[in-house]
Amino acid sequence: MFDANPAASPSARVRKVEPSSFGFQPSSVPPPAGGGGDLLEISLGPHHPSTHGVFRMNVVLDGETVVRLKPVFGYLHRNHEKLGEGTSYLGSMPYTDRLDYLNSMTNNWAYAIAVEKLAGLTVPERAEYVRVILAELTRLLNHTCLAGFLMQDCGCSGTPLMYAFRERERILDLFESLSGSRMMCNYQRFGGCRVDPTPAWLAAVAQLVDRYGPFLDEFEELLTGNEIIMARTQGVGRLPAALAVNAGVTGPMLRASGVGHDLRKVDGYGVYPRLNFRVPVGDHGDVYDRYMVRVLEMRESISLLRQALAALPGGPVLDPKAKQRGLRPKAGEAYGRIEGPKGEIGFYLVSDGTANPYRYRVRPPSFVNLTVLEDLCLGHTVADAVIILGSIDIVLGEVDR
Amino acid sequence: MIGKGLLQGLAVTARNLVGSYHDPDRYTTIEYPEVKPALPEAYRNFPFLVAEKAEDPLGTLRCVACQICEKECPPQCIYIVMDRDEKGKARMKPKVFDIDTSVCMSCQICVEVCPFDAIKMDQVFEIATDERFNALLLHRDQLAKTNTYFHQIHPTEAAEVDARLAAEKKAAEEKAKAAAAAKAASAKPAPAAPANPTPPPAPAP
Amino acid sequence: MDTVEHVRERLLARFPGAEVTVVPNGSPAGQHSLLISAAHALEIARYLRDEPGLAYDQCSNVTGIDWRDREVIDIVKDSQPGAPGGPPVVVERKVKRIEPGYLEVVYHLYSLARREGPVVLRLRTGNRSTAVSVPSLTPVWRSCEFQEREVFDLFGVVFTGHPDLRRILMWDGYQDHPMRKDYVEPDDYEWEPTPHGDVLTKAKRHYPAPTAPGMTNDE
Repeated sequence: MFDANPAASPSARVRKVEPSSFGFQPSSVPPPAGGGGDLLEISLGPHHPSTHGVFRMNVVLDGETVVRLKPVFGYLHRNHEKLGEGTSYLGSMPYTDRLDYLNSMTNNWAYAIAVEKLAGLTVPERAEYVRVILAELTRLLNHTCLAGFLMQDCGCSGTPLMYAFRERERILDLFESLSGSRMMCNYQRFGGCRVDPTPAWLAAVAQLVDRYGPFLDEFEELLTGNEIIMARTQGVGRLPAALAVNAGVTGPMLRASGVGHDLRKVDGYGVYPRLNFRVPVGDHGDVYDRYMVRVLEMRESISLLRQALAALPGGPVLDPKAKQRGLRPKAGEAYGRIEGPKGEIGFYLVSDGTANPYRYRVRPPSFVNLTVLEDLCLGHTVADAVIILGSIDIVLGEVDR
Repeated sequence: MIGKGLLQGLAVTARNLVGSYHDPDRYTTIEYPEVKPALPEAYRNFPFLVAEKAEDPLGTLRCVACQICEKECPPQCIYIVMDRDEKGKARMKPKVFDIDTSVCMSCQICVEVCPFDAIKMDQVFEIATDERFNALLLHRDQLAKTNTYFHQIHPTEAAEVDARLAAEKKAAEEKAKAAAAAKAASAKPAPAAPANPTPPPAPAP
Repeated sequence: MDTVEHVRERLLARFPGAEVTVVPNGSPAGQHSLLISAAHALEIARYLRDEPGLAYDQCSNVTGIDWRDREVIDIVKDSQPGAPGGPPVVVERKVKRIEPGYLEVVYHLYSLARREGPVVLRLRTGNRSTAVSVPSLTPVWRSCEFQEREVFDLFGVVFTGHPDLRRILMWDGYQDHPMRKDYVEPDDYEWEPTPHGDVLTKAKRHYPAPTAPGMTNDE
């Protein structure tokens, strides 16, 4: 295709690019299958709408089939962890909003849990319920968006994404009226939450929860049984359970591979042990299962929201003894993690007794989930690689930090 | 039957298309800027300084230039210089109070840490300019806005703040009065205690 | 719940020559960790993963910590001959020494099969400059692949046995390791209207005059 001289040897017909700018040495390119194909190295991204941000994949293609794929990171790197070492414990809270900027509420919660563990703080019961409500709203928001984006990657341009965004905007309106900001909520605090939700706000949540089920019905009517979507996603990007566990894959992606691992059940943080919900698990570990697991999780989230709203007790939302400014935990370390919408989001903090953490580490779920990207894409076409990437559900703010 | 899912999906899009003409749930966009969005009361973007009087906003700032917000601001976008008289004594108000809104990330930590309720979050969001540096750097005369304005944008929070400040002032006056009465027999009356919940820290060198 | 002591005993029973030390954690989290020697790290990791009673099949989090050289003051007691016939006099003197720093790699292991965890493993390098390699655990847990690359990139720990050890977040050809505590930021100052603190110090090197109206350089 790119070479005018078909008589040239296959190796010479590989378009050579500088090895340092590409992720791998040309010698590592496997010989073409069957011995006669053209190998083509292309750079997919970083400025490509299908890569969900500034993500880049160096792909070696045999015809249209992926024979090698190396992700390239760092286009959005701003050394978030170094910033965290230079800021007080409280000052890092707004920065966590900017990790996975779709899910600032769960990022806040994971960070708050890590600091609470490190400093030995307790959380009032009302705050725990409010946190569950916000985390489940975030899960609805993230999974709805993901379904929209995934369909966009499949080529159904616009319609499902716009429906998803319409519903997402309603949740963001709730976040805005509670925390003051749609996406950069900065809402959780050490030992509770910043603002007490008003009865009017809780009524608005209840109203949203009531209409979300019908919306999901309609959304599923549009997508789940669609023959084109099934043809594009079923059997694509299969992830075996053993590899998923070994590669540290977490969240809906792990559960789609048939491993029923959910930190809300396993760690039982917050008030999740008191709430009744099921963990949806997939059978095949393909893209379609990842979509379905998320849809089913949204149904469970709706049920969780109903239970949390019904059980929400009175009382304060912030432990008045918990210190926010000038927090100096004892020297030591703590690892706090929760089940974020994308997987296990964890914060590992090392304190040396001063006002700033000595070490501030984010365990980003979408970064670790990308470990298996190459395994999933091998043998599929470029168009499938785009869907597989979409089904992993990455946000570059978190991948590159 | 092959094609059933496709037809179902087309029915959904048709429902949404028709619905967008009469159902407000399905037609959710607004024609900005002709129609302005209704902002929730909690909405925040950039900080402003609360002044008591509209006639003399700079003279009646609540800010005492204690620099707590400057130290706590995560992206370090606040710059404060204490106003001093000829002898170098602190006047407990800012000579310079700058906020670089090109750096500010609207996290409102300055509001949370301020012990004097002097800095609050504004709701003005149409702030586009054609100049990157000076137009986005707000000085204290641009930042100073009255308490009345604060009441307009955050009525609930403003009412709480006013009630708290009034209660603190009253408590401080009563305490000062009691102290004065106790000391009246032996010594001169004690100076009135400050109306602030915490004493201002020592001025920066 | 596996305690670190319990895991340590099992490891020592299986690998009698290995050094496994409990590193206590002073915070209320109380999550103590196990420091293992580099020589046995890979086989210990394999054992932790494959032994049915342990089955730590997921390595969730891998990260580095940079511990700088510390100045330690030891109190040394010398006995000197005292007055004739009397007992010897003990003289205390303070001896300063530099305790060399090291880079540490921390692994958080969980068992999905047994719903156990975490077991926190720590590996330490010899120092911060020359002996900076530790064995890679990527052959045991694939999840270490990118995270170890990140530790290599940002801290400069060299993982021997890593299949693809390259920079991951910084670009190829970049020299330094930004997460080191002694990392010096490049002097790429751009004019900004409110320099203060560190930024002002930096600004003064570039602009000796006051940089904005109403701003003084007397701080």
